[in-house]
Amino acid sequence: MLLDVQDLHVDFRTRDGVVNAVNGAGFSVDEGETLAVLGESGSGKSVTAQAVMGILDTPPGRITHGRVLFRGRDLLTLGREERRRIRGERMAMIFQDALSSLNPVLSVGYQLGEMFRVHRDASRKEAKARAVELMDRVRIPAARERVNDYPHQFSGGMRQRIMIAMALALEPELVIADEPTTALDVTVQAQVMDLLAELQREYRMGLILITHDLGVVADVADKIAVMYAGRIVEHAPVHDVYKRPAHPYTKGLLESIPRLDHKGGELLAIKGLPPNLLHVPAGCPFHPRCPQVREVCRHDPRPPLYEVGEGRSSACHFWKETIGE
Amino acid sequence: MGRYVIRRLLQMIPVFIGATFLIFVMVYALGDPVSALFGDRGPDPATAKALREEFNLDHPLWQQYLLYMGKIFSGDFGTAFNGQPVTELMERAFPISFRLALVALTFEIVLGIVLGVVTGLRRGRSLDTTVLILTLVVIAVPTFVLGTTGQFFLGVEAGWIDPAVSPDARLDELIVPGLILALVSLAYVTRLTRTSVAENTRADYIRTAIAKGLPRRRVTVRHLLRNSLIPVVTYLGADIGTLMAGAIVTERIFNIQGVGYQLYQGILRQNSPTVVGFVVVLVLIFLLANLLVDLLYAVLDPRIRYA
Amino acid sequence: MPDQQSDKTPFGAQEVAAAKGLTAGTATAPETTAARSLWTDAWHDLRRNPVFIVSALLILFLVVISLWPGLIASRDPQRCQLGRSLEGPSAGHWFGFDTQGCDVYTRTVYGARASITVGLCATLGVAVLGAVVGGLAGFIGGFWDTLLSRLTDVFFGIPLVLGAIVFLSMITLTGIWPVVLVIAALSWPQIARISRGSVITAKQNDYVQAARALGASNSRMLLRHILPNAVAPVIVMATIMLGTFIALEATLSYLGVGLRPPTVSWGVDISAASDGMQFRNAPHILLYPAAALSLTVLAFIMLGDAVRDALDPKLR
Repeated sequence: MLLDVQDLHVDFRTRDGVVNAVNGAGFSVDEGETLAVLGESGSGKSVTAQAVMGILDTPPGRITHGRVLFRGRDLLTLGREERRRIRGERMAMIFQDALSSLNPVLSVGYQLGEMFRVHRDASRKEAKARAVELMDRVRIPAARERVNDYPHQFSGGMRQRIMIAMALALEPELVIADEPTTALDVTVQAQVMDLLAELQREYRMGLILITHDLGVVADVADKIAVMYAGRIVEHAPVHDVYKRPAHPYTKGLLESIPRLDHKGGELLAIKGLPPNLLHVPAGCPFHPRCPQVREVCRHDPRPPLYEVGEGRSSACHFWKETIGE
Repeated sequence: MGRYVIRRLLQMIPVFIGATFLIFVMVYALGDPVSALFGDRGPDPATAKALREEFNLDHPLWQQYLLYMGKIFSGDFGTAFNGQPVTELMERAFPISFRLALVALTFEIVLGIVLGVVTGLRRGRSLDTTVLILTLVVIAVPTFVLGTTGQFFLGVEAGWIDPAVSPDARLDELIVPGLILALVSLAYVTRLTRTSVAENTRADYIRTAIAKGLPRRRVTVRHLLRNSLIPVVTYLGADIGTLMAGAIVTERIFNIQGVGYQLYQGILRQNSPTVVGFVVVLVLIFLLANLLVDLLYAVLDPRIRYA
Repeated sequence: MPDQQSDKTPFGAQEVAAAKGLTAGTATAPETTAARSLWTDAWHDLRRNPVFIVSALLILFLVVISLWPGLIASRDPQRCQLGRSLEGPSAGHWFGFDTQGCDVYTRTVYGARASITVGLCATLGVAVLGAVVGGLAGFIGGFWDTLLSRLTDVFFGIPLVLGAIVFLSMITLTGIWPVVLVIAALSWPQIARISRGSVITAKQNDYVQAARALGASNSRMLLRHILPNAVAPVIVMATIMLGTFIALEATLSYLGVGLRPPTVSWGVDISAASDGMQFRNAPHILLYPAAALSLTVLAFIMLGDAVRDALDPKLR
């Protein structure tokens, strides 16, 4: 197994109290495999990714419990320097907003070349040459001329390509992409997603794709982990999820995507709002919004992650009903 | 870039004319330059008339201004209170004030930036709190109180420095006055650097730099400081003008015969050519410093350079 | 310090909003809530900020004693006994006597009025002048913007202390009002630049554009939509400036062009006390008025800092 996250808990101390941003998340990714992590804003998916990468702001964030096994080694037990060497070299991250995530006062060539200078001791000249190669690789036109340009001089799609190039520079084994296409125009989204998928296949990387866009997921993901209020509520191969969701929340998400084949049909939104993480409801955190809520859902203990089938689990007491419907 | 500089220089011209005209009006329309020359004794009518002609006081104000500026640009600033040409006073005074400003600026750069970076990176720690309280005290206590007490303790009590600076104003004599002059700006530089560093530590690109696996030192120096110091550098640029013009208090306390000192003498003796002449040059320096700031900004921040 | 209280943002902006229960969709009628919630949020923050409470109470106290100095000082600041010149602090005369044999405590209490008056009036003048010029330039735009901006530059081009000295030394009037006038006349450009900038920003906000598209009149847009948003930075800047104006009055008095005796003011007393070697024999005559002045300046700067932190959503 490339990455195996077990029972991860992350707290944040804020002025208003302690927030359990991640509350027992667990999932795994294998070589060449794509895991999509789905969830609304505030579900803890970005925090989970940051904890795995080791770029969580501590304080105020704190990993209180859990293991992050990378090729069998628990990253949380490593020293700061060991952890740093892994970042960029063996696991890399692509951020949502490339404009703010790239340094505005350094040229893209410098920022790309920095990967080789730091991790590979490359000379200035060599680093620049590799930067041009990378830009070619992600199909940026006239890479040689544009290598000294600054991030703001590129279009949104081109900037995101540069982010991708930077993450893939050293051919890492695992890439975490945090909403890589959310900030882009719809037409550009598909191109960038295709590029990412193509490079992933070519390098046989494990990919964690964090998104709230179910449309993207169906095309590229092998497995899906659905997060709600800091927990994984469903973890399953992608086709099972689409065919027969085992959690009412997943079901709600699927029903809320507009589909061409259901033209004219009513679009169903999940009622209510995501929970305030300072006051997560007792019992199943989803119960106030759940259409099939029962009395048992309203009380602790929370539903455990039930084994639903081969490589499949759901955190719903009534998963059988949900699947069977 | 070249066109930008030229445009900014052209924009400066009306501002320069406006600002100097305002000063000119204050001195020549509000005060009476001729009777001031004679102090309490009434002027002899014949001499007064001759002087009025020399200062073009019979013309309308705007003509007086034009004639005056014409003279200035031909290098004639008039005669100072001690009978010397104003230009001679300037030749002596400006290098001294410039040296003083340089000492002050060095303190601001070295102390201010170091303190600001350290506190910005360690927000909320005891060092941070101490420095912040100190900066507030320095800003709140007037410079002339800090100056006179500093002069008293270091000069009179401890005898480490001469309480008064010699007319040559050697660099070593200017260290303490320079520090006093710098103090308020030093406090602002510290606070500005601290805020800027603290804001940038939360920036997305810093998170990216960490995710790239860059060593902490490189993240701090190449990514964090390079961005955080942009507003600080521009503040320092603008401060050059303020330091040159604002040294009146410091120069008076330490008896430094720089621009502020001469200007103050000119004001006390109501000598209009000295006052207007010095102020015109200072306004010019002030404007040039502000221009320098804009250019620095464009050099440091590519987003502006190519806009 | 107020700055350090703003916690590092742990999540992305959306997630913070979610964690605070402020998710989009709960906000109704954005054009009014935008401005109102800024102020209610700020007030909520301020009430719990000790820096704000301390500085606000101090300022309240200063304003009260500058209105009714008799409340805490029973003597007459002008009645002095030369025989007791430079006498040190004693029971009944806690702060001692100055060179003229005046009671330093009484003079320090009465000195508040001049400093506070100069500070408040100059700030009021600066804020009104700056906000009107800057606001109009930003709101009308075009030719008037260029003209007013250049005018702002002209006044900005004159160094403050320098211009004030030249002006005050040339006129024959003395007292508080010329000092107020010259400070206001030379300091408004800073406020003008800020308010011009924030009016232009506010004008570009989506909801203002929407109001314009719906046919809102100019005056209504200015009053209902633009002013509430543009006024926050002006208030912050003005509060901080108030402190520096009080210090400036003292500096001008020290240079002999500000307030002059017999006006009772901290600046006058400090400059008299910092003259010559008196400091060695009678440090108290410098200490008390200087401390009062510094404390006042500090109070206003801290108040400005606290208000800025509360109003600046970026630092939340």
